[in-house]
Amino acid sequence: MGFLDRIFGRSTPSSANMAKERLQLVLAHDRTDISPETLNVLKDEIVNVISKHVEIDREHVEVTFSRAAHINRLVANIPVIRPRPPRAKPSPRGTRTAQTSKS
Amino acid sequence: MASLLPEDTMGGQVITITSGKGGVGKTTATANLGVALARRGQRVVCVDADIGLRNLDVVLGLENRIVYDLVDVIEGHAKLRQALIKDKRLPELQLLPAAQKRDKTAVTDKQMIKLCDDLKREFDFVLIDSPAGIEGGFKYSIAPSDQVIVIVTPEVSSVRDADRVIGLVEAQEKPTPKLVINRMRPSMVKRGEMLATADVLEILAVELLGIVPEDEAIITSTNKGHPVALEDHSPAGVAFTRIAKRMMGEDVPFQVPEDSEGLLDRFSRLFRR
Repeated sequence: MGFLDRIFGRSTPSSANMAKERLQLVLAHDRTDISPETLNVLKDEIVNVISKHVEIDREHVEVTFSRAAHINRLVANIPVIRPRPPRAKPSPRGTRTAQTSKS
Repeated sequence: MASLLPEDTMGGQVITITSGKGGVGKTTATANLGVALARRGQRVVCVDADIGLRNLDVVLGLENRIVYDLVDVIEGHAKLRQALIKDKRLPELQLLPAAQKRDKTAVTDKQMIKLCDDLKREFDFVLIDSPAGIEGGFKYSIAPSDQVIVIVTPEVSSVRDADRVIGLVEAQEKPTPKLVINRMRPSMVKRGEMLATADVLEILAVELLGIVPEDEAIITSTNKGHPVALEDHSPAGVAFTRIAKRMMGEDVPFQVPEDSEGLLDRFSRLFRR
């Protein structure tokens, strides 16, 4: 079941994972008074910025607030798959040196 | 001996069992921890702080012996000695019942602290069964406590409320509460259908005191007023005993409770494929 789905990339998150994600989001709000919507937007924007530079596993990004005595900490856990090539479009070897020499 | 409470205190420790959400097993946990500690020779008093919704007496099976209650003691109508009920099965265990015909405004934080100071002198453990919620009843239950135990079930509503309660306890400058995860169902965790211990601990960021598996014996034992921790054959009873040992400072390793999934379930799952 879950195992095969994962192999073929049909990821249906388990209900336990959904519970965890939903809790992390709602508790971030409870702890800080930042609304879940704002937090979702924040999460998306962080993901987008990071994605420009490195390829990340979007499914497993966690953005939470951790509770501590005097300070709430924004914690982003972002699994990196690999750095992006310097240019989005595939190009022949030597592009990189060409680019740097241009600047 | 090292105990749940690091600092030295005059006499016993006051431990409040709370949860925020109702119905997660505060009263069951209080009764069984009281029984398990008393079986190990500790002098224990279980205090029912749920005024107006008295239940610890029936869970312990002591409901027929109540004469005076907590409010009678606080208001000076009865002496502590008159209100305390001795458990005939366990000489070390006593109950201070809640008043049933009153409400939570009958008790203040200060009165509760005074009461617990008196109880501490005669008992090793004063276990307070807190009412659900975060209002007055919760507050006077927390006020005298040296350590708070938060009971949580592996469900979103319970975990969320536990987080709120942990924050409120910390705001009172009490030590960070310790966590008991109750009604765990290992087979569901294995299938990814229930939050695992690690998930709950990661989310709440507190220390684990114990894991209690879902167990039908809790229902039958409550039917009879005979807490599971009086014997050693039920999974929940064993789990509560392990927690009691930790409360006494013993180093008991954590174990994920035995898979409650029976042989029949496994067979039926085999054929469903």
